[in-house]
Amino acid sequence: MSEPKLHVPAVPARPGETPDFSYVNLAPAGAVMKPDPRVPVAETVALAESLIRVLDEQGKACGPWNPKLSPDRLIVGLREMLLTRVFDDRMQRTQRQGRITFYIRSYGEEAVSVAAAAALARSDMLFPSYRNQGLFIARGVSLVELMCQLLSNTRDMCKGRQLPVMYHAAEENIFSLSGNLATQFPQAVGWSMAAAIKGESRIAAAWIGEGSTAAADFHHALTFAKVYKAPVILNVVNNQWAISTFQGYAGGEQRSFAARGPGVGIAGLRVDGNDYLAVYAATQWAAERARCGEGATLIELVTYRAGAHSTSDDPTRYRPREEFAEWPLGDPAERLKQHLIQLGAWSESQHAALLAELEETVATAWKQAMAYGTLSEGPKLDPKLMFSDVYKNMPEHLRLQCEQMEREA
Amino acid sequence: MTIMNMVQALNSAMDVMLARDSSVVVLGEDVGYFGGVFRVTDALQKKYGAHRVLDTPIAEGGIVGAAIGMGVNGLRPVAEIQFADYIYPAYDQIVSELARLRYRSAAAFTAPLTIRTPCGGGIRGGQTHSQSPEGVFAHVSGIKTVMPSNPYDAKGLLIAAIEDDDPVIFFEPKRLYNGPFDGDPERPAQAWTNHPMAEVPEGYYRLEIGKAAVARAGGAVTMVTYGTMVHVCIAAAEAEGIDAEVIDIRSMMPLDIDTIAQSVEKTGRCLIAHEATRFAGFGAELSASIQEHCFWSLEAPIARVAGWDTPYPHAFEWHYFPGKQRVRRSLRQLMQIEG
Repeated sequence: MSEPKLHVPAVPARPGETPDFSYVNLAPAGAVMKPDPRVPVAETVALAESLIRVLDEQGKACGPWNPKLSPDRLIVGLREMLLTRVFDDRMQRTQRQGRITFYIRSYGEEAVSVAAAAALARSDMLFPSYRNQGLFIARGVSLVELMCQLLSNTRDMCKGRQLPVMYHAAEENIFSLSGNLATQFPQAVGWSMAAAIKGESRIAAAWIGEGSTAAADFHHALTFAKVYKAPVILNVVNNQWAISTFQGYAGGEQRSFAARGPGVGIAGLRVDGNDYLAVYAATQWAAERARCGEGATLIELVTYRAGAHSTSDDPTRYRPREEFAEWPLGDPAERLKQHLIQLGAWSESQHAALLAELEETVATAWKQAMAYGTLSEGPKLDPKLMFSDVYKNMPEHLRLQCEQMEREA
Repeated sequence: MTIMNMVQALNSAMDVMLARDSSVVVLGEDVGYFGGVFRVTDALQKKYGAHRVLDTPIAEGGIVGAAIGMGVNGLRPVAEIQFADYIYPAYDQIVSELARLRYRSAAAFTAPLTIRTPCGGGIRGGQTHSQSPEGVFAHVSGIKTVMPSNPYDAKGLLIAAIEDDDPVIFFEPKRLYNGPFDGDPERPAQAWTNHPMAEVPEGYYRLEIGKAAVARAGGAVTMVTYGTMVHVCIAAAEAEGIDAEVIDIRSMMPLDIDTIAQSVEKTGRCLIAHEATRFAGFGAELSASIQEHCFWSLEAPIARVAGWDTPYPHAFEWHYFPGKQRVRRSLRQLMQIEG
């Protein structure tokens, strides 16, 4: 008999070592069957362990999950992914220049947000994490509006109260971002329960990282979704890294994150998160399942966090630099581009022209946003705003503190 | 003696304790291989192994719950909560379990935990990276709450916390990690290098939890404070040219009321300062206790300077932070009152 020993998840590769993604369970494009969205949960068990993929290595769409989108629709998707990327790169640079205090890029996982937004109805409610800026961009929130939030300037939607990237967009049905992890998961379930109570056909969708599945709120969300068959899509973006800890520390060894769904009693799908078509199709399937009363789906989107966790992080300290180049699911924008070229609907020169146009769009928006001020220059928000919205009506002690601040300014 | 900043001093405390006591384990998010997002646990996993310095899943309730179980089973865990703002998922485990385990089991079970967590503002962290929740925990019977203001105290108190058989929540003012801060954001950041409290023994030593320190001696007024505000209060007193005695309480519970009362009885005036919001903040307990002990010595009402009663705002950080100007103004007003 051997003694029990504490298991410590083994990280595949550290800096200086060769990247090793042999732990990622892959499946060829088109290999996974597509059941009717009304199937019993048990019939999704295999889907939760396999990998739903549409785009193959050559950029050809294959198999039953192909959503058969028009080239025009795909070009819109490509544009939104690239716009997200160009926006991210520019904002990261402005942080390095000291114009904004903090930033989080979604580099390498843009399809997760952009394709899901395309597959959902505009009236569906989205509960993003801080790496889902693609949802805001795909829903048409203006870049200037997002930039003003990042700058905490006079047009800041959060009135200077929130850290950069903690956006919201009530008009576009996107919930307010929290810095606390996974809190939006049970909230999305509750939102969708309210829709069911009111007899609406609207559904909710939420996103968290695989690291956050460790949080109790993830488990609360799954249980409530199961108990009430809530019309909600619960997305786990498995980008392999939670700051310095790889997905094994969230419990990703041996079992997929999607398998938690059928484990609790809701449908589960494991999806190539860098495949625009697969993300679209899986979201569409889960949305249909929710709308016809069959309840929630847990979707694991397998992707890779190609950049740092945030501008405060340096991933070269804990993982090999070359990992993204070796990532078996590639780059979502490159893969959709390749598919469009393969279809004859796109070319390298069109791609280059689009990138140049997007750079220009972002640069123009940045100039406009800067005109509304920054933390250090130009017009500034009135500090009195600090005291409003703490309560609906300002209590007396806050009114007095506000007066004191003004008097002493 | 070596010159250490607060990060190095805290690291040294854990290093010393991991070496001295095989029951000590360190756990938390990113604390192992990476060495913590503020580098406080740097190199400890390499030195002591992945069974004693554990990277954990992102679940504060899980970290504290598991640490309680380890503590019950003979270990002496030092758990890190990455930011005090993220401690609330562990609130039930701390308040309903950790704090009352000894009491409810008539001491049949105990868990000697230390929970380290960076707190406070001044780093443009917004509402989720700036909070000072010490008052929330000081209110809970069964746990001790500590907040050092310099490297020497940080190491000595952290060692004492780890050796303490009662649970301790150890708040680390993150603005002080790399240098003292007098509350003026316009001044270039200072390093600990030339500060007398940055001279830290490399080996083992401990300070008693529950003893306040006189951070600046004086006779005209007593300033009672802790954490980052110790430095702000000293700077404010010096800028005003007031002979203030600045008392760094160092722990909220136990509270060294004797040292505070002795000073207030001498000076007859008292100003309390903390970063946390004012309403029902720890300053309220301080004010009540000082009034109970020193009522007949007081020549003026006790003054309080604290964060405004709002969440911590990103853009208005320096309007919110109770900096040098606000402390100076309050100090002037307090000194003008006729005794």
